[in-house]
Amino acid sequence: MHNKNGLRLAVDIGGTFTDTVLVDGKGHILATTKTPTTPENPTLGALAGTKHVLAGTGADWSRIGGFIHGTTLATNALIERRGANVATVTSEGFRDILEIAYERRYSQYDINLVKPDLIVPRTRAFIIGGRMDARGQELQPLDEEAVRRLTGELDACGAEAVAICLMHAYANPAHELRLRDLLLAAMPDLVISLSHEVSPEAREFDRLSTTIANAYIQPQMASYLINFQARFSNEGLTCPILMMTAGGGMTTMETAARLPIRLVESGPAGGAILAARIAAETSEREVLSFDMGGTTAKLCLIDRFRPQTARKFEIARAARFIKGSGMPVRIPVIEMIEIGAGGGSIAHVDRLGRLQVGPESAGSEPGPAAFAKGGTEPTVTDADVMQGLIEPGRFAEGRLRIDMDAAKRALASGVGQALKLDAAQAAHGVSEIVDENMAAAGRMHAVESGKDLGARLMIAFGGNGPLHATRVARRAHVDRILIPRDPGVGSAVGFLFAPVSFEIIRSRYSTLDALDLGGLNAFFNAMIDEAEAVVRAGAPEGLLTRRRQAFMRYHGQGHEIEIPLPDRALEEADIPALRRAFEEEYSRQFSRAVPGMKIEILNWTLEVASEPPALEHYAKTRVKQPAQPSGQRRILCDVTGKWREAEIHDRAALRPGDHLDGPSLIIEPQTTTFVSADFSAHVDGGGNIWLTRNREGDQ
Amino acid sequence: MSTTDTRLQVMWNRLLAVVEEQGQALIRAAFSPIVRECGDISAGVFDLQGRMLAQAVTGTPGHINTMAEAVKTLRARFQLQDMKPGDIYLTNDPWIASGHLNDFLLMMPVFFKGHVVGFTSCTSHLVDLGGLGMGPEGADIYDEGLLIPPCKLMNEGALNTLLMEIVKANSREPIANEGDIYALIACCETGAERLAGMMEEFGIDHLDELADYIIDTSYRGTVEAIAELPKGTWHNVLKVDGYEQEIDLHAALTISEDRVELDFTGTSGLSNKGINVPLNYATAYSVFALRCIIGPDIPNNAGSLEPFRVTGPKNCILNAQPPAPVAMRHTLGQMTPDLVYGCLSQVLPDQVPAEGASCMYDLPLRHTPEAVSRGDAQFALELVFSGGTGARPGLDGLSATAFPSGVWGSQVETTEAVAPVLITRRELIPDSGGPGRTRGGLGQHIEMRSAVNEDFMLFLSVERILNPARGRFGGEAGAPGRIRIGHGGSNLPGKGEVRVKAGETLLFETPGGGGFGDPQKRSRDEVRRDLDEGLISREAARDIYGFKP
Repeated sequence: MHNKNGLRLAVDIGGTFTDTVLVDGKGHILATTKTPTTPENPTLGALAGTKHVLAGTGADWSRIGGFIHGTTLATNALIERRGANVATVTSEGFRDILEIAYERRYSQYDINLVKPDLIVPRTRAFIIGGRMDARGQELQPLDEEAVRRLTGELDACGAEAVAICLMHAYANPAHELRLRDLLLAAMPDLVISLSHEVSPEAREFDRLSTTIANAYIQPQMASYLINFQARFSNEGLTCPILMMTAGGGMTTMETAARLPIRLVESGPAGGAILAARIAAETSEREVLSFDMGGTTAKLCLIDRFRPQTARKFEIARAARFIKGSGMPVRIPVIEMIEIGAGGGSIAHVDRLGRLQVGPESAGSEPGPAAFAKGGTEPTVTDADVMQGLIEPGRFAEGRLRIDMDAAKRALASGVGQALKLDAAQAAHGVSEIVDENMAAAGRMHAVESGKDLGARLMIAFGGNGPLHATRVARRAHVDRILIPRDPGVGSAVGFLFAPVSFEIIRSRYSTLDALDLGGLNAFFNAMIDEAEAVVRAGAPEGLLTRRRQAFMRYHGQGHEIEIPLPDRALEEADIPALRRAFEEEYSRQFSRAVPGMKIEILNWTLEVASEPPALEHYAKTRVKQPAQPSGQRRILCDVTGKWREAEIHDRAALRPGDHLDGPSLIIEPQTTTFVSADFSAHVDGGGNIWLTRNREGDQ
Repeated sequence: MSTTDTRLQVMWNRLLAVVEEQGQALIRAAFSPIVRECGDISAGVFDLQGRMLAQAVTGTPGHINTMAEAVKTLRARFQLQDMKPGDIYLTNDPWIASGHLNDFLLMMPVFFKGHVVGFTSCTSHLVDLGGLGMGPEGADIYDEGLLIPPCKLMNEGALNTLLMEIVKANSREPIANEGDIYALIACCETGAERLAGMMEEFGIDHLDELADYIIDTSYRGTVEAIAELPKGTWHNVLKVDGYEQEIDLHAALTISEDRVELDFTGTSGLSNKGINVPLNYATAYSVFALRCIIGPDIPNNAGSLEPFRVTGPKNCILNAQPPAPVAMRHTLGQMTPDLVYGCLSQVLPDQVPAEGASCMYDLPLRHTPEAVSRGDAQFALELVFSGGTGARPGLDGLSATAFPSGVWGSQVETTEAVAPVLITRRELIPDSGGPGRTRGGLGQHIEMRSAVNEDFMLFLSVERILNPARGRFGGEAGAPGRIRIGHGGSNLPGKGEVRVKAGETLLFETPGGGGFGDPQKRSRDEVRRDLDEGLISREAARDIYGFKP
C-alpha cells in the first residue's frame, strides 16, 4: 500500500475542478494539477489529470503503487436529487418515522417554513410486522406472510432500491437480514440497504434517513466505481484504488460500493487530514484548520493531531446553512463547521440598513464582478480586489483578467449607495462583516465542542484561506497561523496521508455501574471482526491500530463525551477508571463534575486503521534573514482603515528562515497570503509560512 | 452610515454571537430534559440601564420578553454602587422570572476597567423544586414548591452555600438542581468574559453608543413594519378546555402608528388548578406570535420589543396574581398565539395561519407511589408529542410539529432504551388535518404500554380535547386530541392523573391543525396526492374536498 518505492497518486474530483497530486515514495510532491471536472463522465477528467502529472514527471502507470480517490459525486447526487427510486420498509406501527422526525421547526420565527425533502414519499413507505425490543429480544416474529404483499407493493411503485429500517435492528439484525433474503429471493435485482449495516445506532429517524441516503446513491455509485476502476486498469494501473471517506480514512472499492454514503464530503475531509498531518509534523497540539474557497468556508478543530470527529451531519441544508434544514446522516465523519462565506459570497444591505454578506454566492458563473464574466453584485473577492489585496495581473496564474473598475462599480452601487460609503469603505465593511461571520462561526463551533480557540494555531488553505487568515484570526483571538505549501490543492494532498480505516459506531445502552462486561466484550469482538475484515481488504499487510471509545454522559443530560477505552477486554477494575476519566473530562469542559450523578452510555465506537505514512520532521530554521520583496502595492490597511504601501513577495522565491513584516502580500499561482500590518511572517524548513501576530502592530 | 457604523454593526454581530455562546454553554451543561430537548433557556446581554441588547435564539419562545423585564426589575432592586465583580443575583419568582418556579433567572453585573458596564442574564428550567412537583394539582403557589425572592447567589465570586443547600434540600432531584445552577453561573460568566473581551478588542470603555445603535436601529425597523399595517382594533375569543371548566380567552389587538397593543379584558378568571398564567409569560408567547409576522427578521432586544404592549385585568387567567398556582402556565400560555392570530388574521388575512394544536402534548410518566415502598425500580420520563400546526395561507400545516413551542420530539428507540415502556405505534392520523384550500397538519397516534408488566402513572395537562383547532376563511377544524386506555376505553379529560395498569395500552392522539380556505378550492393535484399518500380518506376526498377521481 504505502509502497516505499512506488509513486502515489491522489485524485480529488470537486464540483468545478479535479485536483491531482503525485508524490514519490517519501511523500514529496512531484507534480500537481487542476483540470476541469467533466460532469458527464467524471472519470475522464480524472484520467486527464493523471496523464498530465505522469507525463510531466516522465513516470509510467506501472510505477504507481498507491492510488487514492475522493469524489463529490455522492454528495452531488444527494444535493441535486439524482438518485434511485427508493422505497422504505419499517416496522408495523411506524410508517411515518420520516415525516414525524423530531417534530421540530428548524427556524423559530419562520411561519412559512418548509421541511427538508427526505427523498421517500409516503406512497413508497411500507411496513412489515415483527418487533425487537431495545435489548434485541424478539417480541413478535417477522411477518413472513406479508412479504408477498410487500413485493407487490415494491413492484407497483417501481422501486429500484429499498431501505429497510426495523425497530432496534442495531440491537438484533435478524429481522432485517431475513427480510432481505426473502425480498431478494422474490426480486433478485433489487438493491437493498439495511439500517444495521449502514448506521447501527439507536434513533430510528436518523438511522432510516441514513439508510435512505445510502440506498439512493448506491446503484449510481456502484456503476461509477466499476467504470472508474475499469478505465484506469485499461490504462495500465496495477495497484488497487482506495476511496477516501468522510471519516478521513480510505476504504476499498467493495466497501465503497456497499456503503457509498461514507464517501460524502471526502474532499473537505482531505483538507482536515492535511492540517492534522502538518500539526503532527510541527508538534502543534491544538489547531484550527481554516479552508476558505469560493462558496463556503470550513473550519475544523484538531487536537493532538486528530481532526475532531462526529457521528452525524446534514446533507444539503436548504435554508442558509441552518441546522436541521438538511437531511441528517449518521456516519463517522470529520466534524466541520461550514458557513456560506467564500470569495463569491454576495454582499447586500438589508431592510434595517445592515450590511450582510452571503450565504448567497455568485459561484463561478457569473462569479465576482471583478471577473468580468457578467457578475454585477459585489462579492468578497470584489472587496479584496478593491482593497488592493489581489494583484490583478497575477490572479489565478494570470489566466483570469481582473477588472478593478467592475469591482468598484459593484461595491459602490450594491453597498456604498445605501450606506453612504465610497467603494473602498464599502469594501472594508464587506471584509469586516464576512471575517466576523467566519470568526464567530469558529468560536461558536469551539464552544459547542467544549473547546477554546484562543491558544490554537490556525492552518489556512483553500483558494481564499491564506488571503483572509489574518483577518479572521484576529477576530477569533488567534495569534498564530500556518500556510502550508500547495494550499490550493490541500484536500488531494491530504488524501495521501490518510490511513486505510473503518469505524463502526453501535448502540448498546447501559449505565456505567451496571455494565454487562461479558456481553460488552463480545459486542466489541464482533465489531473488531467486521472492521478488520474491511481494513485488511485494503491493507493486507502491516500493523493495524485499534481505537475504542465510549460516548458517556450524565443521566439526564444530552451532551455526550467521548472517553477512550483500553484496547482489550474490559474488566470490573476498569470501571472506576472510566468514571474518573469521564469526570475529569467533564470538569475540563464544564468547570466542575457532578458527584453522585449516574453515568450512562448509549453508543460505542471502534476504529481499525492501518499505519499512516511516517512523519517528516523538519530541521528547525535557526537563521532569520529579511525576505526580499519583488515589488510594492497600495492597499487599504485592515488594521487602520487607511491606504498604505505593502510589500509584494513571491512565495516561490522565499527560502527557509526568511522573515517579513506586514503589511505584505505573498503571491503564488493559486492564492495570495495577506500578511496584515499586525502580523509578521517566517518561513520554516518545510516551506510552511508562519504568521505571528505582534500586538504592538495594533497601532 | 459611516465606517464607525460598520464597526458598530460588527460589534452588534459580535454581541449576537456572544449570547449564542452563552446559550450553548447553558444548554450543554443542563440536566433538565426539557432544556436539552427544547432549549428551554434564555441568555442575554444588557446595558447599564438594564435594556436588553441581544438574546440568544433558543428553542422556546417562553422567555422572550420575560428576561428583558426581569433584568429591569432586578436592576431597579439592587444598587449599582453595591455591586462587586463576581456578584450574581438570582430569583425564581414566577412573576419576575418566567412564569413558574422551575425557571431560575440569574443576573450578573459585567465589570470593565473597574466599572459596571452592563449585565449578562440567563434563565433555565430546573427539574424539581419540591412541592407537589410539576403538575396542575397545586391549590396555590405554596403547594408548588420553593420560591426564592431576588437575592445574591454569588458574592464576589463566592457561592452562597446556604442558598444552594436550601435549593437542594427542597428538591427530589438535588444533584441535578445543583448541576443546573452551576450551568447557569457558567453561562453568566461566559457572557461577562466575552463582553469584556469584546470591549477590550474594540477599544471601547462603555456600551452606550453601541446600545443606542442597536436599540434605535431595531426600534426603527419594527416601527416601520408596524407603520405598513392597517390601523384599528380587532377582537377575538378563543375557547379552551381549561381544567374544571372551559375557559374563554379574549383579546383586543390595537395597531396604531408606532405601537401594537394587546389587551386580555374579558378573559375568564383564575382556575383553582395550576394552569394560571402570569402576564409576563402570556406576553412572551403573544409577542412571539406577533413578531413572527411583524418584523421577524429583527433580532430580539429592547428596541424591537418596545412597540409591543400587553395588558390584562388582574386575576384574569392570563394575568394571574400571587398566590395563584401557575406550575403548568405553558398549557394556556401556548394557546395565546392562536388567540392573537385570531385578531391579526383580520388585519393580514393572507399572512396568518389557522389555529393549530399549539399546546404541546407532554406525557410525564412516572413509577407508581407503591413502587417506592416496594423498593422497585423508579423512573421518570417526560415525553413530548406534537400535533399538527395550522394551515398557512400558502402552505399546508406541518404534521406532528411543535408550534409555538420549539420543543423536539423524542425517538422511540432511545425512549425504550432508558425507560420501561414499549411504544407499539407512532403514526400520523389520516383525516386529522383540518380540511381547507391549504390543509392543517396531521396529528399523530401513539400507543404505549409498560415493558415490564407494571402499572405506571401519567400526569396530563393538555388542551384541544374539547375544543379543536379552528380553520379560517372556510377551512375546517382539525381533529381534537384524544386519550384513552385500551381501544375500547372511554375518552379521558386532558388534565389530571392517570394510572395505566400492567398490560393496558395507553392510546394518545394529538390534535390536527385547522384548515385555511374552502376545501373545495384545494388544487386537485394536492387532493390526489393526499389521497395517494393516505393522509385523507376516500370519503373525505369525495365529501369534503368534492374530489372526483
